[in-house]
Amino acid sequence: MSAPAAAPLAPVSPARTGVWIGIAAIVMSFAAFTSALIVRQGAGPEWQHVRLPPILFANTLVLLVSSATLERSRSRGARVETALPWLYLTLGLGLAFLGGQIAAWRSLAEQGLGLASSANSAFFYLFTAAHGLHLLGGLGGLTYALRRLQRSRDPAARHVLGTAAVYWHFMDGLWLYLLVLLVLRV
Amino acid sequence: MPERPANPGGHAPEAVERVPAHGHAAPRGFLRTHVFSVDHKVIGKQYLDLALLAVVIGMVLSWLMRLHLGWPKAAIPGLGALSAGGAPGGVMTPEYYLSLMTMHGTIMVFFVLTTAPFAGFGNFLLPIQVGAEDMAFPRLNMMSFWVTFLAFLVLIAAFFVPEGPPLSGWTAYAPLSAVGRDAGPGQGLGQTLWAASIGIFCIGQLLGSLNFITTTLDLRAKGMSLARMPFSTWAWFTTSIIGLIAFSVLLPACVLLILDRVAGTSFFVPAGLVISDRLQPHAGGSPLLWQHLFWFFGHPEVYIAILPGFGIVSHILPAFTRKPLLGPRVVIACFIAIGFLSYAVWGHHMFVSGMNPFSATLFSVPTLVITIPATIVTLLWIGSVYGARLRLTTAALFCLGFVSVFVSGGISGFFLAQPSIDIYLHATYFVVAHFHFVMGVAAMFGIFAGAYFWFPKIYGRMMNERLGKWHFALTFIGVYCIFMPMHYLGLAGNVRRYSEFTDDYLQPLIPLHRFITIAALFTGAVQLLFFVNLFWSRFRGPRASANPWEATSLEWSTSSPPPVDNFGGRRPVVEHGPNEYGVSGPTGDYLMQAAPESGRPT
Repeated sequence: MSAPAAAPLAPVSPARTGVWIGIAAIVMSFAAFTSALIVRQGAGPEWQHVRLPPILFANTLVLLVSSATLERSRSRGARVETALPWLYLTLGLGLAFLGGQIAAWRSLAEQGLGLASSANSAFFYLFTAAHGLHLLGGLGGLTYALRRLQRSRDPAARHVLGTAAVYWHFMDGLWLYLLVLLVLRV
Repeated sequence: MPERPANPGGHAPEAVERVPAHGHAAPRGFLRTHVFSVDHKVIGKQYLDLALLAVVIGMVLSWLMRLHLGWPKAAIPGLGALSAGGAPGGVMTPEYYLSLMTMHGTIMVFFVLTTAPFAGFGNFLLPIQVGAEDMAFPRLNMMSFWVTFLAFLVLIAAFFVPEGPPLSGWTAYAPLSAVGRDAGPGQGLGQTLWAASIGIFCIGQLLGSLNFITTTLDLRAKGMSLARMPFSTWAWFTTSIIGLIAFSVLLPACVLLILDRVAGTSFFVPAGLVISDRLQPHAGGSPLLWQHLFWFFGHPEVYIAILPGFGIVSHILPAFTRKPLLGPRVVIACFIAIGFLSYAVWGHHMFVSGMNPFSATLFSVPTLVITIPATIVTLLWIGSVYGARLRLTTAALFCLGFVSVFVSGGISGFFLAQPSIDIYLHATYFVVAHFHFVMGVAAMFGIFAGAYFWFPKIYGRMMNERLGKWHFALTFIGVYCIFMPMHYLGLAGNVRRYSEFTDDYLQPLIPLHRFITIAALFTGAVQLLFFVNLFWSRFRGPRASANPWEATSLEWSTSSPPPVDNFGGRRPVVEHGPNEYGVSGPTGDYLMQAAPESGRPT
């Protein structure tokens, strides 16, 4: 094993590595939740599917578009003044997604389904809440990148944005996975 | 030990790379320097101090349990004051015994065996050993410690809530851990605090693992290829990957447990469960699910506790045998193999849990396979010592002691890996003996070896060797007196987790229990030698040179203790592997990692 030695001032980005490692940890956590879902479904005879609130699909679309606008912003990265509006839009769409998820909770609650009402509703709240919390971290990362971009002549700002984007797209993919799981199992 | 001159061949002419202005300025103010410090060295020391505090509490708890097991009717002075309900008149109730057992296990596994060898020594030494100024994310590193400390406070708080600490063991098996106070005193708020504490602890260790992995991957000095990393660095690196995966699973498990307890969900509680004559208002959950999630973390946790010890012993032994460790690449390959296999064996904790018998066989095979890399490493250590002119320091003695207790504890593992034998032995003291030897005492010996070896680097002063050798000898005898007889107890059918052995067939075993209790009190008291040595040497020990053990790795290329940025504005350039002992170098029979290439003998 002779990996190239990392020169101390080489352009390695610990932040980028850290985000990928964080993603690995989050994948493991959701794998644990998934296995809990499968075992729990096998254990209980009372498994009854929840009628998913239709707004979930609109939320999904919003989140997908936010990834696209983020990429749009990154492609304009050289010129900050054109990159920023797309980044604001991304943040707005992220917040809209979270709002939409809360609306989905409300609509489920109106059906009389709370966290403890049934195993299925428990998993619904669990998955959406855990994803939402992790998405808040993504919003934090994007906001931090935004502030770095606003400062004039911060050459590292685009790297920060790139790192935040990796996490944001992962949140996107994670939600698609959870949606499939919700549709098929919950 | 007599005071050595400032640099007995320590600072060889050394390849360095000048770094212009670096960003790690010395912090100002007491709070920033000693409390909320982002310096990995301070954080490492904080972790070690936390482990020291935790191990004292954990050990006192084990004394209380042992006293009760030997003399079940005797009142223990002061215990009544700690818990009037749990120990009326100083005689503990069976429930309080279980509470002490739960807290002993939890404190020792999480706050001693994880924090000291991994988070403590790893934090202090990993960045220096790879030639970095600090961890990749110093602020996350600081958070990692304080989150862990918060977890400790939350756990200790369980002693002071009205019904006392939980009594479901350090494994907190559902459904008893999930249903609340119907399951016994301490299963109310105490158990909730336990679950919260462990969840918080997971976050702290995830932040730590993230830092360890990124630092190892991205911040190595020039010339420090992966193959040139010291064995200890490899062990911490492997451990941090194991930890990242394990704690990522335990955290969701704790979330589900807390939801079952406080929000009324039914992940772990089956339908129609009656506890204390009350029908539990849950439906359809799976108690086995908790065990699967817990042990998916729990078995790798065993390796989180012991792999750093492997690394420490592999790192320290060659410095005292004065010859290279045999098969260095094999050792590293074995670390990695253990890391992988540690995720395929968790079911061997569940042979008697009502798991499908075919699964038991399935888990038995990798359990036996994982002994192969562990055995290879052990044999390589023994082979490396063979024929060496050993410098018998305290650190070297604890390395040899590590090998001894690890072999003693490991051998009983071969038996327990077979479901047919485990079914008989699982609930007995045989298992207590096994895991205390193989992960408890062995890991402690690794911690002691590391402490005596690195103390000069951490505090800039030498520990007292004479006191250290007494500490080793008495501890070594003591732990064998405690845990060896437990194998016999287990084979005689002595069940574990019982607070009293007053009925028929167990009564003849009580004298042996008393012997173990006396041995435990003795061994615990012997640790005072270590504490005295630690505190006396910290302030009064003779000043340490940069490289008192004539070792090779980068931590010995810098002053003792190292400056704030580890290498004083320079960054070392690595020219050699860490295993260059028994060669003729410019300063003796070894070649430091940062010694220039020209220093190599032809």
